[in-house]
Amino acid sequence: MSKHTLSVLVEDKPGVLARIAGLFSRRGFNIESLAVGPTEQPEISRMTIVVNVQDSPLEQVTKQLNKLVEVIKIVELDDHAAVVRELLLVKVKADADTRGQVLEIVQLFKAKVVDVATDAITIQITGNQGKIEDFLRILEPFGIRELVQSGVVAVGRGGRSISDRTVRPVPVPAPAAAPAG
Amino acid sequence: MQAAPGPRAPNDERGAMSEQVTGAQSLVRALESAGVEEIFGIPGGAILPAYDPLYDSQRLRHILVRHEQGAGHAAQGYAAATGRTGVCIATSGPGATNLVTPIADAYMDSVPMVAITGQVASHAIGTDAFQEADIRGITMPITKHNFLVTDPDDIPRTIAEAFHLASTGRPGPVLVDISKDALQGQTTFVWPTELHLPGYRPVTRPHAKQVREAAKLMLQARRPVLYVGGGVIRARASAQLRELAELTGIPVVTTLMARGAFPDSHPQHLGMPGMHGTVAAVAGLQRSDLIISLGARFDDRVTGNLDSFAPHAKVIHADIDPAEIGKNRAVDVPIVGDCREVIADLVAMLRQEHDNGESGDYEAWVQFLAGVKAKYPLGYDEPADGSLSPQYVIERLGAIAGPEAVYASGVGQHQMWAAQFVQYENPNTWINSGGAGTMGYAVPAAMGAKVGRPDATVWAIDGDGCFQMTNQELATCTLEGIPIKVAIINNESLGMVRQWQTLFYNERYSNTDLQSKRVPDFVKLAEAYGAVGLACDSPADVDATIQKAMEIDDVPVVVDFRVHRDAMVWPMVAAGTSNDDIKFARDMAPEFDEDDL
Repeated sequence: MSKHTLSVLVEDKPGVLARIAGLFSRRGFNIESLAVGPTEQPEISRMTIVVNVQDSPLEQVTKQLNKLVEVIKIVELDDHAAVVRELLLVKVKADADTRGQVLEIVQLFKAKVVDVATDAITIQITGNQGKIEDFLRILEPFGIRELVQSGVVAVGRGGRSISDRTVRPVPVPAPAAAPAG
Repeated sequence: MQAAPGPRAPNDERGAMSEQVTGAQSLVRALESAGVEEIFGIPGGAILPAYDPLYDSQRLRHILVRHEQGAGHAAQGYAAATGRTGVCIATSGPGATNLVTPIADAYMDSVPMVAITGQVASHAIGTDAFQEADIRGITMPITKHNFLVTDPDDIPRTIAEAFHLASTGRPGPVLVDISKDALQGQTTFVWPTELHLPGYRPVTRPHAKQVREAAKLMLQARRPVLYVGGGVIRARASAQLRELAELTGIPVVTTLMARGAFPDSHPQHLGMPGMHGTVAAVAGLQRSDLIISLGARFDDRVTGNLDSFAPHAKVIHADIDPAEIGKNRAVDVPIVGDCREVIADLVAMLRQEHDNGESGDYEAWVQFLAGVKAKYPLGYDEPADGSLSPQYVIERLGAIAGPEAVYASGVGQHQMWAAQFVQYENPNTWINSGGAGTMGYAVPAAMGAKVGRPDATVWAIDGDGCFQMTNQELATCTLEGIPIKVAIINNESLGMVRQWQTLFYNERYSNTDLQSKRVPDFVKLAEAYGAVGLACDSPADVDATIQKAMEIDDVPVVVDFRVHRDAMVWPMVAAGTSNDDIKFARDMAPEFDEDDL
């Protein structure tokens, strides 16, 4: 099984999230994470979906997604050609004895402390999936109380935009004229 | 594609529209503007406002059915028989949920259909109001697209979009759910001049390079087969297909959804492939070295076990839906496009090659398949006790009603026999539920077909089990002047299930005995619905009974053909097995000499 990050532009209409989630569910595609939010264009939202599939099912995933009327464009963003980020909030046990070591790790990973209690610290860290995984692994021995992870978001490197394309509307047949007589 | 009336937009149409109207009036005007002429439906609380302007409409004929499921299947039958988009309408809650089966059915068979449902007032949505159902959520997985309209201003645009989506690209059902306050609110009717659907871009023009590659493979192949699916019917590409077949001499198989796309009488026709296909068609696909798939989707009923399906064949897959290409079977030459254009382009390309002296050499292959066809024709055993054979009934019906009639069927053994033993020569004359396999499809679909093609003779070939699911639409047929004819193949059983119990469950007939030769009395039931009821239980009476039914044209006719119970559908490729293991009779497999291909 391999992981793929898809960036999907969708029309910002009610129910779009449900449609996409439903599609994945009924076709048996595995969603690892899903993040959705507005884009620089009004009426268009962007979903970043990390799917866990083998290569040929990925082609099916993309094709089935494209069939949805509200899906405008799909781009696969791979780690080399894209900036991939995730946000993590983690509450780790830290008392007088261990707080120092935890704070050292925070510094090393360029993370931030956002909350302090007598026996725990809440840390915020952003980074790619590799960095997040390493961070968690190092923190593990101290005792993780609570963990909240946002979905992955990603944007392609370079100057071009995913939404570089003007969209032409479709002409409608004129209203059917009333039959004579 | 919907056959929309010509693009004349008289000024008064648009000028008159700047007056204030209700959402309901706007809906009716929108349907008229979309070219709708017939709608099947049942009113109810939430949709009631729409029925008032409908009462006055001179251009829309609303047919009041007896069950919303009947409205849905009628819209399907109408679409399948005419190629136009079928339309059905129901109220909220249970009215809408009664449309779910026909919508799912239309989705599986790519039928162009628009379903309009009433919805509770927008402020009540989500409160478990009376007759509220989240029909948009419920039908999300089974519609090509659906809409919820809560603003009356959105009605014309949404209807225009719905019809566009239903009838273009890969056709399918579109649901438009309209809240009661949207119908009652004030608005101005404006028919849109253009549609904004940035995510909907069906590709209909095939890529010339792909067509060239395909033509090359076709010339190189020694054992090619044209695998023709329902897409050829939807694309209205029968004439082009015939041209391609005759130009190349390549043998043709037509799937259950494509019967009639290529004439059964044509010498190049091997028959229907699949689980109950002919030996020649199944062997043709299995032993081919090139499958040219046109508007077909390599459904499991056709392929059998995928791992052993057509092991030596390269595949050219032409379809308007790119998601079908490569879904079940790896493809050598994918061609995305409208079937009619793809086939026309292939013909042009191959003609050019022929002019340059290049042509395919399929002589030995064609001879081999002709031999198989002759050695293993479709057939059946007459029952030893002189009782009526269902296959005989259907064969005679097809012969007497002829290839100009329209045949709608239910689901089960009778459906397979209807696909096998009626000779189809024209597209849009065979209507059935293929992908979903919905029992009860026949009578309402026949009704819809007859409404769409009032001058054609329409026969529903139905099972006794299926008939008991939707026969109430006979009332609609009698009262609305829709004189369909129904042949009930009455073996008093759920025949197909019973066949499986015979073959795989040691003849343990669990719950497949309907006792329908006892209850109900189909003749009396027909008469109760104002139809003519006839019965037939002997081979000698079959022709005369059919002739009698053919002569009645003012009311529906129902014929109870009381047939032999243990008739079986052959050939058969059992579920989950390989097409190599086809049986043409119980425990009897065809023998192929290893020297012949």
